[in-house]
Amino acid sequence: MLLLLSVTGKLLRLPIYPLPGTIMESSVTSQPTQASPAQAHAHGHDVEGTSLFGFIVFLLSESVIFLSFFAGYYIIKTTTPTWLPPGVEGLETQAPLINTIVLVSSSFVIWGAEEALKKHKMALFRGLWLLTSAMGIYFLVGQAIEWMSLPFGFTTGVYGGLFYLLTGFHGLHVLTGILLQFLMLGRSLIPGNYDKGHVGVTEVSLFWHFVDVIWIILFCLIYVWQ
Amino acid sequence: MTNAPAADLNRPDDRPNHQPPTGWGRYLTFSTDHKVIGIQYLVTSFLFFLIGGLLAMVIRAELITPESDLVSRSVYNSMFTMHGTIMIFLWIFPSLVGLANYLVPLMIGAQDMAFPRLNAIAFWLVPLFGTLLMASFFLPDGTAQAGWWVYPPVSIQNPSGHLINGQFVWIVAVAISGVSSIMGAVNFVATIFKMRAPGMTFFRMPAYVWAVLSAQLIQLSALPVLTAGAVMLLFDLAVGTHFFDANEGGNPVLFQHFFWFYSHPAVYVMALPVFGVFSEIVPVYSRKPLFGYKVVAVSSLLISFVSILVWVHHMYTSYTPGWMRMFFMVTTMLVAVPTGVKVFAWTATVWKGKLRMETPMLFALGAIVMFLFAGITGVMLAATPIDIHVNNTYFVVGHFHYVVYGTITMGMFAAIYHWFPKMAGRMYYEGLGKVHFWLAFIGTNLNFLPMHPAGLQGMLRRVSSYDPEYAFWNVLASLGGFLLGMSTLPFILNIVSSWVQGPKAPANPWRAIGLEWMVSSPPPVENFEELPIVTAEPYGYGKSEPLVENAAAIAASN
Repeated sequence: MLLLLSVTGKLLRLPIYPLPGTIMESSVTSQPTQASPAQAHAHGHDVEGTSLFGFIVFLLSESVIFLSFFAGYYIIKTTTPTWLPPGVEGLETQAPLINTIVLVSSSFVIWGAEEALKKHKMALFRGLWLLTSAMGIYFLVGQAIEWMSLPFGFTTGVYGGLFYLLTGFHGLHVLTGILLQFLMLGRSLIPGNYDKGHVGVTEVSLFWHFVDVIWIILFCLIYVWQ
Repeated sequence: MTNAPAADLNRPDDRPNHQPPTGWGRYLTFSTDHKVIGIQYLVTSFLFFLIGGLLAMVIRAELITPESDLVSRSVYNSMFTMHGTIMIFLWIFPSLVGLANYLVPLMIGAQDMAFPRLNAIAFWLVPLFGTLLMASFFLPDGTAQAGWWVYPPVSIQNPSGHLINGQFVWIVAVAISGVSSIMGAVNFVATIFKMRAPGMTFFRMPAYVWAVLSAQLIQLSALPVLTAGAVMLLFDLAVGTHFFDANEGGNPVLFQHFFWFYSHPAVYVMALPVFGVFSEIVPVYSRKPLFGYKVVAVSSLLISFVSILVWVHHMYTSYTPGWMRMFFMVTTMLVAVPTGVKVFAWTATVWKGKLRMETPMLFALGAIVMFLFAGITGVMLAATPIDIHVNNTYFVVGHFHYVVYGTITMGMFAAIYHWFPKMAGRMYYEGLGKVHFWLAFIGTNLNFLPMHPAGLQGMLRRVSSYDPEYAFWNVLASLGGFLLGMSTLPFILNIVSSWVQGPKAPANPWRAIGLEWMVSSPPPVENFEELPIVTAEPYGYGKSEPLVENAAAIAASN
């Protein structure tokens, strides 16, 4: 899925913001070699709108995977005779709560970055955008520290499996989000790249909000409902 | 700015795809033209159809005698597992996606799909995972043997202890297939919503496009559930987690839910586009407008909605509580309402029409008749008491083969014959087409009808030996199976010879109404140099209303 995610994310966007040199000639619609009024009309569909629409459709579909994992968690938790592994009382919630606050706050930061971009304040955009990535990295590091401190592993009963499956799959999405943010940041250094439109930034931002919402549900399921 | 690297790379997709199509070679390239990709899908999937068919021949040869005497039992398990897997994931899905790829942009007046590169990658994943799946025949312990449902605990056993075993490869291949399907689904939905020609409102789209849209919406909303289940199954098999392992507190029935939540609606992903094909073909060869066009169009969406709520009818015997059995019995029977609407609409369209019994119409009518039969046994199976009686018997096998062969594959042949002149620019040979139809129609019924009485008497599926009292029905079924196998030969002969040397096809050989018939055969690379401006509903047979306001300009521009 991560592969799907990154590949789809890039494919929906790359043709609109081609990196110099590599795919300069291509575009989402096939470029007419000789322009005529009829062709200008023919190619006049809303490329950015189509890209954003496709990305939203993809995100909705991706959310179903998470919903399935959540349903699996709920069903196994409520039906299994052996839930927590022997010797495990439950999960520590304080550090994960701080992590949650950081991740959720980053949604506001990335919104601020988008607003800055709309007003063409490029320095502010880059600063807030980078801050979002930093908060994401903080979240991932915090998660890694938590994983290492836990007394159970992936193959320890159904509980261990579900815990690492859910947090790991979400973590992969956070990582993907950060990589996409770096990609967008790199493109902002190309002069004038975001002058005509920035649907790629909008999509990465949307993806980040998606990852946040999923985390809130996940946090409630795993940490709050013990 | 220099962009020398791009010029040096010279990848096919980096060239403007405006140049005139040249030769067979372009079908082996990373083309982003939806028409090339459509044909790539169709040809690739047909090759896998032949492989899946050969496995079916082995199965029917084994079952012609009650003893298990042709292949070993584990090879037999391998045969039916791979037969089902190949036919579903490498024949029906990709062939229908290929057809939709070819037709949808033409039918809605677009110049290509919304995301042409995504489209090309989605296609190239098919030969990738197909090859991967075929490679599992050469593994030391052979292919997956757990059936195409891959239920645990059978599917999470790994007796040989190899990490790379047949089941492992199976899950990975199906996962790649899922990635390809989601890419395709995003593309189709975006194309249909965002790329329609001026004036092409939703209720001016052909019923086929409605059906494709409905099918792809199912892919988007249900396929990720199977992906989730497959990920967990892969971890259970390869890493040693216990999600579906009842010994360690896991829940094997949960996998059945994950699996059928997708795999039942998947039947409609396969059937809906074929219903759309019937809605296109029947009016053309009856010379009448499609009866109740808007209702037919909306019934596709209704089918996809209801289909999401029926999956437990596969699990009546999986320790399912009584209320669930009742609920899913009712929802399953509800599917018969929107599908019944379609069957009545096709019947009413044929009624008192000027019928032209050419090959596509023969296949469509034959398929509709067999679909009616499959629908009747489907309602029978929806009823919990009957299903519990015939669960896992040949009655079920007969039922769904009437769906997947009698309806979907026959409908697919109808579509191939109908649009072949458009795709190839040449006419097929009518005589060979009719021979193909009659062999296939008789073969299908002879193969799958006897499975029903055998199943009602209690013959279980997925066994290589059986009580001699079932022998009569099995001999009939095997003869039908071999006939069905042979029926493919005139088809191959017809398609290959007419593509090479058939008479040139005009733009509209069937005098059909539709945007795809207004451009030359085969269509120009850009489809419409002059975008159509649509002014009417489709299927204006017998009316004087023009479909577009600029027909002359479109015809002149290609």
